[in-house]
Amino acid sequence: MRLRVDYRASLSLVGTVLKYLVVPLMLPVAVALYYGESVVPFLVTMLVTGALGTWLERLDPEPDLTAREGFLMVALTWFAVAVVGAVPYLVEAHGIPFLLPPLASSSTLANPVNALFESMSGFSTTGSTVLGDISFDTHSRGIMMWRQLTQWLGGMGIVVLAVAILPELSVGGAQLMDAEAPGPSIEKLTPRIAQTARLLWGAYLGFTVLEILLLYGLHRGGMAPNMDLYNAVAHGLTTMPTGGFSPEARSIEAFSAAAQWVIIPFMVVAGINFALIWRALTGDPRKLFEDSEFRAYLGIVAALTAVIAGLLFSGSGFVTPESVPTGGTYDASYVVETAGAIVGSVEPSIRAALFQVLAMVTTTGYASLDFNAWSAPTKYLLLFAMFIGGSAGSTGGGIKIVRWYVILKSIRRELFTTSHPEAVRPVRLGGRTVDERAVRGIYAFTLLYFVIFAVATVLLALDAVRIGLDISVFELISASATTIGNVGPGFGFLGPMGGFLEFSNASKLLMVVLMWIGRLEILPVLVLLTPEYWRR
Amino acid sequence: MRVIIIGAGQVGESIASDLDGGHEVVVVERDGDRVDDLTYSLDVLAIEGDGTSLSVLRDAGIDEADMLIATTDNDETNIVACATAKAVSDVFTVARVKNTEHLRTWQQSGDAFGIDFMVCTNLLAAEAIVRIIGLPAARDVDPFAEGRVQMAEFEVSADSPVANQTVREADRFDSLTFAAILRNGSVAIPRGESVISPGDRVVVIGSPESVQAFSDALVPADSPGAPDEVVVVGGSEVGYHVARLLEERGLRPRLIEYDPDRARRLAEKLPGTIVMESDATNADFLEREHVGDADVVVSALDSDEKNLLVSLLATRLGASRTVAIIDTPAYVELFETVGVDVGLNPREVVAEEITRFTHEGGAENVALIESDKAEVLEIEVDDGSILVGRPIREVMSDLPSGVVVGAITRHDEFVTPRGDTVVEPGDHVVVFVDAEVLDDVTPQL
Repeated sequence: MRLRVDYRASLSLVGTVLKYLVVPLMLPVAVALYYGESVVPFLVTMLVTGALGTWLERLDPEPDLTAREGFLMVALTWFAVAVVGAVPYLVEAHGIPFLLPPLASSSTLANPVNALFESMSGFSTTGSTVLGDISFDTHSRGIMMWRQLTQWLGGMGIVVLAVAILPELSVGGAQLMDAEAPGPSIEKLTPRIAQTARLLWGAYLGFTVLEILLLYGLHRGGMAPNMDLYNAVAHGLTTMPTGGFSPEARSIEAFSAAAQWVIIPFMVVAGINFALIWRALTGDPRKLFEDSEFRAYLGIVAALTAVIAGLLFSGSGFVTPESVPTGGTYDASYVVETAGAIVGSVEPSIRAALFQVLAMVTTTGYASLDFNAWSAPTKYLLLFAMFIGGSAGSTGGGIKIVRWYVILKSIRRELFTTSHPEAVRPVRLGGRTVDERAVRGIYAFTLLYFVIFAVATVLLALDAVRIGLDISVFELISASATTIGNVGPGFGFLGPMGGFLEFSNASKLLMVVLMWIGRLEILPVLVLLTPEYWRR
Repeated sequence: MRVIIIGAGQVGESIASDLDGGHEVVVVERDGDRVDDLTYSLDVLAIEGDGTSLSVLRDAGIDEADMLIATTDNDETNIVACATAKAVSDVFTVARVKNTEHLRTWQQSGDAFGIDFMVCTNLLAAEAIVRIIGLPAARDVDPFAEGRVQMAEFEVSADSPVANQTVREADRFDSLTFAAILRNGSVAIPRGESVISPGDRVVVIGSPESVQAFSDALVPADSPGAPDEVVVVGGSEVGYHVARLLEERGLRPRLIEYDPDRARRLAEKLPGTIVMESDATNADFLEREHVGDADVVVSALDSDEKNLLVSLLATRLGASRTVAIIDTPAYVELFETVGVDVGLNPREVVAEEITRFTHEGGAENVALIESDKAEVLEIEVDDGSILVGRPIREVMSDLPSGVVVGAITRHDEFVTPRGDTVVEPGDHVVVFVDAEVLDDVTPQL
């Protein structure tokens, strides 16, 4: 059988991206040098990615991309960077035979599956972790910074970055960005796609730097004691990509209310369509409020925040201390303490609710407290928020607000045409109408999303039974929802202060796949599995 | 007056026959047989040739002509003919187009394509239908101050409540100013005691809401009332514009179109209209959708016979009024006898419009007022302006008559100019100035 797909061209471009991965690896090298730590894990990774990249690039010196090679290239790139991104974790845990002793002998990332999980969770901006001990006692500051940096690279998209930098991608670039970017379609801001990619990355970089400066400024001003320069950079790198990794074991709970209030607006921005932000910044800010998706986004966040803040304020948003199970991620005294600070106080209620709603809707996955201590209805609301997702063209995961908007509108149309069969009603999004093909695509995507979510939940349940893992249905649901939605934390032992370590290797690999296809919005990966894709 | 008419189709012939008594008319037509017909049936000079060719235009006497009316069935031909004529002479050019995009281009630039006056067949027909339905359409609307101020021209019919009222009586609207009354081709600046006569055209300046309110008040109280239910059958250009104009007046019309692609396109362009894809001559469908309950059914299909059929079906189902587009002039009377309430021939509407325009010699709509009889200025006032710091009443006594302050916007808010209003520096003022005093007044403002 002769293949129609020129896989060599795709592999060659994957190679180019891998080769360039050497550049971002210099940040953890610098951090390690500053703190006097070993730089070997990163130098080894540079060697691996440089060599692998160069070798792959040689497969096709002049790669010629069409749509098919584009899908393959995007899907493979994301898998390849996740594999390479795991190398520093493995080197740190194992050392190099005969040359270097293990740097972190107790690291849970010694297991290659764990290392791959952590790396994919980073690049896909999920934020789920399998680290046994999140502290600098086990892991070096360089490694922890690399973990943050993978999220920043994955946020606006590695392929978008490649399109911005590599001139050879200017022709097929729009296709590649379309396959990678969140949302039904990309928006060209300028005639040249590379220019558009550069603008998007520029805005992304600008907001990241601004957040770092504000957080560090807060620290210098004495309003955020724990937010030193390292933490300011680390959290700046994971807010804008809606990542959620934190070098602090207690996530954002470790920081003051002021620091939390600084992070909140950046989570809001991260959930907005970057093309829209760019147009609002360069033109009329009112454009922002004319956008239906943006208004829906604000509406959803405001409504969920209002309900949850009300529940927290009244006290019914928390579990009772008596009902706290033993052996969880929190205990009765934590509930008493947290509830004591929030119940009956306006600002803490609003802050806790707004922070957590944003973290879930935008799929950032930070936590300003252990929301396992919240009552069942409050937690269900958070689970529901996981399925909403950010705006199209944002760095958020999930199903995306624009898809829900179109689905609700077309359902209303179905109801109308039931009584008036001849009526022709295009689905409108703001002033424009949505093409029927796009509506079909949105239905197909959303259905596929739920089918994969449901199947994955069942598979995880079977595997849990196989290894005798004690896990509730709610926790299982949250596990697959949070990984396919690139959110991060789940509920129960998967909560924001917990981790995914207890799952078997098989389950972790399944979740690696979920994070991978979740980030690329399923279809670019799934299309590779159809025979029609490969046939002439 | 020497008038050259390009195109001896139905419109051209109709205009020619209306004008041949009082004017020297030259008709340019490509079809030799038509030329022969016209030579004998009308008192005009008919020339065979292409109206876009310079030599033909020279033969027709473009150098001595006062007016050129391009009215072939092809928009581009008409536009090129006008541009060609304008390039070699300063003849007043009138073009007829079907495509509203051309009209919009022309309206926005004022003198695009070398055309002095443009009429759009489909739009005129649609406006006529909307007037027939009982919602008077403004003849022309010009936005000022980023759309916060509108200037609109309305025709006052004999049965309108404001007919024979004085301006003071008619001025019941908060943020509306009467800028001018156009009567028999001349501009009159209205005073409180001026009487609005039937047939006058009034120019008002005000906020969009007040202009709309005034438009509603022009409806004769005893006319079929404001119709709620309008069904437009046929998504032709005329049908589309009828639906669009009704939408603009806050109605939710239904539009029935047979062709799926066309129906989809219309639905995309008309957010406030319920578009249905069906054969409108299907009685079952009409009954199921309760077309019989409609106040007005407008048939704008592309065949006269189908329009007749639809009108008759609708009447039978109980529709109160039917309006049909009839392309063949001879059918109009016949169809009205058989049962269509109002038959309308788009070409006749255009021919009437152009003829009336030719007779009146110019003062036709706001666009022309600007260049001819009067000027509408939008100015940002600074300290040096005579307007600043005093009540408008006092300012007016210092200015010659023929100046009306139409509207003021201050910090993007609409301010109604009244006698005691004081204009502040930085305000945007829309002023209506008679051409005779224009040079005198402009520097002072």
